[in-house]
Amino acid sequence: MDLFANLSLGFATAASPENLLFCLIGVILGTLIGVLPGIGATATIAMLLPITFQLEPVSSLIMLSGIYYGAQYGGSTTAILINMPGESSSAVTAIDGYQMARRGKAGTALAVAALGSFFAGTVATVLVALFAPPLTVIALKFGAAEYFSLMLLGLVSAIALAHGSILKALAMVVLGLILGLVGTDIYTGAPRFTFGITEYADGLSFVALAVGVFGIAEILRNLEVEQDRTVLTTKLGGLFPSKEDLKLMVAPMVRGTAVGSILGILPGGGAVLASFASYTIEKRLSATPEEFGKGAIAGVAGPESANNAGAQTSFIPLLTLGIPANPVMALMVGAMIIQGIVPGPNVASEQPELFWGIIASMWIGNLMLVVLNLPLIGLWVKLLKVPYHVLFPIIMAFCSIGVYSVNSNVYDLYAVAGFGLMGYVLLKLRCEPAPLLLGFVLGPMLEENLRRAMILGRGDPTIFVARPISLTLLLLTVAVLLVMLLPTIRKKRAEVFVEAD
Amino acid sequence: MKNISIDWTDAAAGLVFILFGLLFGVQSLGLEIGTAFRMGPGYFPLVLSGLLLLLGGLIIASSVHDRGSEGVGTLAWRGVFFILLAPIFFGLTVRGLGFVPAIFLTTLIAALASFQMRLHWALALAFGVTIFATLVFSYGLGLPFRRFGPWLPL
Repeated sequence: MDLFANLSLGFATAASPENLLFCLIGVILGTLIGVLPGIGATATIAMLLPITFQLEPVSSLIMLSGIYYGAQYGGSTTAILINMPGESSSAVTAIDGYQMARRGKAGTALAVAALGSFFAGTVATVLVALFAPPLTVIALKFGAAEYFSLMLLGLVSAIALAHGSILKALAMVVLGLILGLVGTDIYTGAPRFTFGITEYADGLSFVALAVGVFGIAEILRNLEVEQDRTVLTTKLGGLFPSKEDLKLMVAPMVRGTAVGSILGILPGGGAVLASFASYTIEKRLSATPEEFGKGAIAGVAGPESANNAGAQTSFIPLLTLGIPANPVMALMVGAMIIQGIVPGPNVASEQPELFWGIIASMWIGNLMLVVLNLPLIGLWVKLLKVPYHVLFPIIMAFCSIGVYSVNSNVYDLYAVAGFGLMGYVLLKLRCEPAPLLLGFVLGPMLEENLRRAMILGRGDPTIFVARPISLTLLLLTVAVLLVMLLPTIRKKRAEVFVEAD
Repeated sequence: MKNISIDWTDAAAGLVFILFGLLFGVQSLGLEIGTAFRMGPGYFPLVLSGLLLLLGGLIIASSVHDRGSEGVGTLAWRGVFFILLAPIFFGLTVRGLGFVPAIFLTTLIAALASFQMRLHWALALAFGVTIFATLVFSYGLGLPFRRFGPWLPL
């Protein structure tokens, strides 16, 4: 059986002492970041990207993915203990998790979250291993037209996930696409939008954009209102859930995993959407819906499983098609490109160690999180007491070093300041940054495939509808756009995001 | 009769997008456009700029509604100044002063962004970060930075 051969190759790669170490560093850093409010996984991965360039490609990607799912874990810890989700995907966990903590069942809530996440992580790892290979086979048949249509679908779906106005999110995608085109035109060598600065001929630094728009803009927003956080000081209570608690959590955990796995694969989907969907489902199915909001175990187990499953299955489009499903995956694309790996269907056949190593490391990382985090909760809680005005200068110092070290290009540092300002202004104007980043990463690929498809079609745009896969993807894109613009859906979407806030 | 008002935040957002659209659109016109068959370097950017102008216009148009305006809230002026200065300062000095003094001053500048930071704490913090960063990045990871640059009489 191929699957077992592949998985054993993956585990052999992931379990090398070096990779185990980087996986461990990744999940610990991720948890740390997830615990500290005000700095998310996207910003952290952006800042740590440069450091990982010194590592082997496999180790660096293993560490970066560790940060990603580690942050989900850490985010739920703060959601439960101080009602402040460290990550947006744990926003739902705060609803019932914090109530459980107030009832003196903080330990149980944390254990339920950790066990749910671990279960979901295990199932999702198997799913990635099962579905990624057949998808790469399909993806190898993709031509320029299919890739163009697929990216269009991804970009449009990303909008569905942004808060607030659809028009603004669309505009952010388009702005991101244009910014992605800055630099030398690949066909003619003509410099574009470089304002005469030769240092920008290779394009704007992806790391600079990500750090500026996510990291710095977020720091500035936190500096608007400086206040101290209050940490719940009640006892954690028993860590291990009782038999009844365990019984209560099994069904939500399984359903959450299913919901999360499906939503994670969809372009634009991912952990946030998954946790909200799971919470809604659990509330509908529950025999005691009035318990929700007052500390229902299902309200913690479901969404926590869903967000972890979603986080992991969102690797499927990345590993098979090279298309990022969310901003973190966009960062992974950036990391792969800088490491000299072209993300896409060829990764699985050309670099099986990398491909399967990452998949296997996800399971190992999840195991580490369960084993490490439950005993370390006390330490994480202490960390919450570090005041923000001590944290952000450290973050700024590492940002500066990180961005500079990618190319030793000081213009990248000026770009960081520029993007930070731009990100802050757009944030103040209630424009979400995630679609911008996705647009930036996909901009060059989108243009290249468009131009190639048009050359292949001899200037006839019907090439996009003449090929069945491309046509299907385009129809899906139109459907997503239409559905989002329907008045009833718009209203519902607004409600979901209001609950999220 | 509904109260019609303008959401200035939305209107400003629309304006920002229009300005970006114009900025890139005008420059695209200076590039070779080409045909749909063989697109030049200016073709796709021009299409995107046009799209951005259109979306900016639509956002402004939809800013006139009856829901009232939320405003942008407080602005972190001091934060904007010091935080944005930090990476620029690092860029200007990392080669001349060298890594060690540059990162010390950069951390110090960033620390000044907070109203809650006392100077002696900021100095202590910058000192700690400098030692840690020098050990990790310069000695540990072996990044090719000059620790002390030519501007210093060392």
